[in-house]
Amino acid sequence: MSDAATAPLSSPKPAMAKWLPRLEAVAIPLAALICGLAVFSLFLLTQGKSPIEFYALIYKAGFSTAFSWQNTLSRVAPLLFAGLCVALPARLGLVVIGGEGAIALGGLAAAVLGAGLTGTSPVVGLPVMFAGAALVGGAWIGSVGWLRIRRGVNETIASLLMAYIAIALMNHLVEGPFRDPASLNKPSTAPLADALRVGDMPVGVEVHWGFAFGVLACVISWLLMDRTTLGFAARIAGDNIRAAQVQGLPVGKLVIGFTALGGAFAGLAGFFEVTAIHGSANASLVAGYGYTGILVAFLARHNPLAIIPVAVLLAGFEASSGLIQRRMDLPDATILVMEGIVFVVILLSETLYGRLPIFALRFWEART
Amino acid sequence: MKRNHTLTRRHFLNSVAAFGGAAVASSLLPGGAHAAGDLTVGFIYVGPKDDFGYNQAHAEGAAAVKAMSGVTVIEEENVPETNDVQNTMQSMINFDGAALLFPTSFGYYNPHILELAPKFPDVRFEHCGGLWGTDDPKNAGSYFGYIGMGQYLNGIAAGHATKSKKIGFVAAKPIPQVLNNINSFLLGARAVDPSITCQVIFTGEWSLAVKEAEATNALADQGCDVITCHVDGPKVVAETAAARGAYICGYHADQSPLAPEMYLTGAEWNWAGVYTDMVTKFMAGEPIDNFVRGGLADGFIKMSPLGPAVSDTARNQFEATKAEIMKGGFAAIKGPLKDNKGNVIASEGEAFVESDVSLESMGYLVEGVIGSTS
Repeated sequence: MSDAATAPLSSPKPAMAKWLPRLEAVAIPLAALICGLAVFSLFLLTQGKSPIEFYALIYKAGFSTAFSWQNTLSRVAPLLFAGLCVALPARLGLVVIGGEGAIALGGLAAAVLGAGLTGTSPVVGLPVMFAGAALVGGAWIGSVGWLRIRRGVNETIASLLMAYIAIALMNHLVEGPFRDPASLNKPSTAPLADALRVGDMPVGVEVHWGFAFGVLACVISWLLMDRTTLGFAARIAGDNIRAAQVQGLPVGKLVIGFTALGGAFAGLAGFFEVTAIHGSANASLVAGYGYTGILVAFLARHNPLAIIPVAVLLAGFEASSGLIQRRMDLPDATILVMEGIVFVVILLSETLYGRLPIFALRFWEART
Repeated sequence: MKRNHTLTRRHFLNSVAAFGGAAVASSLLPGGAHAAGDLTVGFIYVGPKDDFGYNQAHAEGAAAVKAMSGVTVIEEENVPETNDVQNTMQSMINFDGAALLFPTSFGYYNPHILELAPKFPDVRFEHCGGLWGTDDPKNAGSYFGYIGMGQYLNGIAAGHATKSKKIGFVAAKPIPQVLNNINSFLLGARAVDPSITCQVIFTGEWSLAVKEAEATNALADQGCDVITCHVDGPKVVAETAAARGAYICGYHADQSPLAPEMYLTGAEWNWAGVYTDMVTKFMAGEPIDNFVRGGLADGFIKMSPLGPAVSDTARNQFEATKAEIMKGGFAAIKGPLKDNKGNVIASEGEAFVESDVSLESMGYLVEGVIGSTS
C-alpha cells in the first residue's frame, strides 16, 4: 500500500503500481512455503528418509487421482470455516484462537435442534439448524469481542479458555440432558432423521455441501472486508484503533460484529460436521479443526480469498499423512512437523514486506 | 518405536541415494509397497500405537498378524473418529489394496464403517467394540471381550495387597463398559475382604494425561494404596501411582515395565490370537461371524504375569478364581447385591454371568464404590 501511496500521481505506470503489491502478496508467501519445505527436507534427511519420495507421496495421496482429490476436498470444509473464525477478527487486530469451542457448540446446537425437528421438512428444518449453529457460534466468539472492548480482557487468552469451557459444556450436555439413552458406550445426542442430513455435492466425488458453503463464506467475507465501507472501517480499526476512534468509527460495534461473524462461521463448521458426517453430536466433534484454522488463517495472511487455496493445500497434506505413515514408516506427527516449520518460515517472511526492492515501483521506474 | 535420531553418514548417503528415481517410481505405482497375491490387512488406531494401553494392545495383535506368511500389514495411528477414518479406510483400500480392515476404535463404527461397508462389498470390515446388529452390512463385523473378569481378578490381587482397605479407580467416562470394570474390580477385592471400598474418579476423556495424573494423585491423597484405571493409555496412571507408593493393577496392555516392583497384575486384551484366527479364516475363504465375543477362556483376554509384590495367599486365590472363570458361567455380579444408592441389583440367588447382555447397559456402581455415575 505504501508504495502505491508514495508513487507520484503522474506515474507513467499506474498498472504496475496496482500490481506490484499484489505480486508481492503472492510471491513472498509462496517463496516462504518453498523455503519451509526445503528446511523440512533437511529434517527428513536427518531421519534417513527421501524428501523426493515424501513429496511424491503427498502428491499421490492428496492430488493425483479422483480419490485423492476426494480425500483432500472432503477435509477442506471445516478448515475454511475455522480459518475465517481467525482471519476476520485478525483484520481488526484481534488474535482469536478459540474457534474449536464455537465448532463444538455450533455442532451441538444443530444436533439438538435437528433432533427436535424430526419429521419436519428439510426446507424448514435445515435452515433452522443452520441458523441455530451460526447463532450459538456467533454468540460464543462475539462475547470474546465484547469482553475485549467492554472489559479489556485479552481476546487470545479469553477465546482459548472459552474453548475449553465450550468443550466441557458440550460433553456435559451430550452426556447429560441431551443424551440419547440408546447411545450406551458413546454418549451422543439423538440421531438426526435422514431428511435432515446434508448430502454430497453432485460432482462425481464424495464431497459434501459444506465445501461449497465454505467457499461461499470466504467469498462473502472477502467482499465484505475488502469491497465495502464496513470492511474498510474494520480494517482501519485494525490498523490503528485510535485513528479509527478519532474518525468516529464505531470500533466497539465493528469488533463485536466481526468476531461474532467469525464465530458464526465456526458454528457452521460444527453444523456441517454434524449434518454431513456424524449425524449426531458427540465427543468426536472435537477434532482440532479450530486449531488447524489458526494455521490456515495465518498462512493466508488473513485474506479470506487466500484461505481457499491454503485450506486445500493443508487438507492435501493431511490427506497424505496416512500414506506417509504406511509407506515411509514415519510417525503421524511428521506432517505436523512439516506444517510447523512452514508456519514459522511464513511468520518470518512477514518482515520482508516492503523491503524487497524488486517489488518497489522506484526499482522499475529507475529502469525506464 | 525407538528411533535413532542422530544423523550418521550412512543415513545421509542413503537419503541422497534415494533422490534417485527408484523410490519415487515404486511409491507412485499402485500397490508398489507389497508383492502381488498377498492379503493386505489394514489396522487403524485412534491413538499412538505405543500408548501402553488400548492401541498398543491392538498393535500387538497386528504384530502377530504381520508374522503370518502371505500377509502384508499396514497400520495408521492417531486417526480421529471423524471423516478422517473414512478417508483412511478408503486410502488403504485404494492405494494399498487392503481387503481386510481392523478399524479398532469404538467410535469408528457408527457412522463411518456403516457408511463405507456397502460401498466396498469385497472388503471385510472388522470392528472392535461389539456393535454389529442384524440390520448392518454383512461384510462388517464387530468383536469384543469380557474384560470385566480381568478386572475381577485384578480386584483379588488388589484385595490382598491393600493395607488401608481403600482401592482406587481412574475412569474415563461413566458408560456401561467402564462401570462394569469398576464394579468387577471392587467385587474381586471384596471376595478377599468385604470391608474394602473403592474410590472412583471420572476424568471425562479417554485420553487426557493431566487429569489422569491429578486423579491418581487425588486417590493416593485419600489413602488408596492400590490403583487401576480404564482410560486409553494407563501409562500416566501407572507411573504416577508407583511414584506415590501405590500398587498398580494394569489395564488394556502390560504396564509392568513402567513400575516392575509395584505392578501386581493386569487385565490385558489378547488380540493376537483373535486376529490371527480371523485372518486365517479370511484367507481360507471361511466365513467369519459378524458378532464375536469371548472372555478369558476363549483367549480374548489374558492376565499379566503376577508381580513380585503378590503374596502366596493372594496367588492361590487368584489362580483358583481364574480356574473357576476358565470353566465358564462365572458371575461377578451376583445376589445379594445393592448399588451404592441402596437399590437392589441382584436378589439372593440371582447372578449375571459375563456374557449376560443386560450387563451391557449397566448404569450403576455397586455398594462399596465411592463415586457417582453423573
